[in-house]
Amino acid sequence: MALSSDEAGRFAELLKEREDEIVSTWAERVGSTLRGRLSTAELHRQTVDLHHAVQGALSDGLSELSDGAGGELRALLAELSGSRARQGFTATETAVSVFALKDAVLAALDHAGDERPETLRDYVAFSSFVDQAALHTFDSFVRTREELIADQAEQLLELSTPVVRLWEGVVALPLVGTLDSARAQVVMERLLQTLVDTGSPYAIIDITGVPAVDTQVAQHILKTVVAARLMGADCIISGIRPQIAQTIVALGIEFGDIATKASLADALRHVLKLTGMKRQER
Amino acid sequence: MTSPTTDRIAVSSDQDVVRVRQLVRTVAVSVRLSLVDQTKLVTAASELARNTLVYGGGGTVEVSRVENGRRAGIRIVFADQGPGIADVDLALTDGYTTGNGLGLGLSGARRLVDEFAIDTGVGQGTSITVTKWCR
Repeated sequence: MALSSDEAGRFAELLKEREDEIVSTWAERVGSTLRGRLSTAELHRQTVDLHHAVQGALSDGLSELSDGAGGELRALLAELSGSRARQGFTATETAVSVFALKDAVLAALDHAGDERPETLRDYVAFSSFVDQAALHTFDSFVRTREELIADQAEQLLELSTPVVRLWEGVVALPLVGTLDSARAQVVMERLLQTLVDTGSPYAIIDITGVPAVDTQVAQHILKTVVAARLMGADCIISGIRPQIAQTIVALGIEFGDIATKASLADALRHVLKLTGMKRQER
Repeated sequence: MTSPTTDRIAVSSDQDVVRVRQLVRTVAVSVRLSLVDQTKLVTAASELARNTLVYGGGGTVEVSRVENGRRAGIRIVFADQGPGIADVDLALTDGYTTGNGLGLGLSGARRLVDEFAIDTGVGQGTSITVTKWCR
């Protein structure tokens, strides 16, 4: 149910006349659900901003939130729900910030002692406008959350693929978790770049932290090894636990002439033997 | 005695393959499969779920606990409505692939489980049922 321009005008008037009263009831309602996790001053400031935006939009004769006149209000709601989402508030707590306006306006109407029959009709129209605003808030909230999750997934991708220098001329790549195509690509790039940067002739790929080695994971590892070989580096695969070894055999995956070891320590010992270096006595 | 329960996951992205793996591992632990058998079953499930996604264009995976007298086990059904497999024997040959994988997924998965049944036909989709029993 859309607001007629008369209704919008009347509410704009009401919001303006009883600004202090509405803002304080509104902020109080919101404050009680947020339970002190947002400072009173901050909450009051946000509520005043929101009040002005609503009042401004209504006095511009807005009938639906998606109207041109609602642009500023929509932006403000999106910003508000974005900051709520980032601060870790729930969707309900965020939506209440908008819904509480209904209570505040109802209280203001009661105070005004407005008993005209069209007041009810006005209020229902206004209420559906507030619903639209809350839905918009909800959408923005979800969008912000999704952005957060996507960001974190990206950060995780960065975090989970460190290439460490283990010894003079030996770099190690400890793989942890699921090795999907996206990660495999990042892993390969990192390893090849590190081989160039450090001039290392040996790389150890440790799969202790990979829970299951299926054909896709094996294929990614094999490709990485071949790419490293093309650059003149030898790869050793370590961290092959008994259950993984049996699974690889049953699957029929062959690692060919690639050296594989049970542990990272074995792999390092193997490399040191190859390079003829002696482990220094402590 | 545990009552048979069935969990169902729709597979439509790589993330769903990960979810299938996690679910299978959880159920495998709950029926006390040995660590080796857990890993084998999880790997087989990963292969078949990926086949459902890549070749079947997505589908569903159903994981249920089953009992056979005194032995407990897990049954997993991978179903899709994709193009189906024209020549099952060829598809089960090591190294044969129509994609760009190693060609070991389907044949390898058969070796990783105790029971393997495949029901497919051109244009009918594919349904693969695998079972792993506790030793």
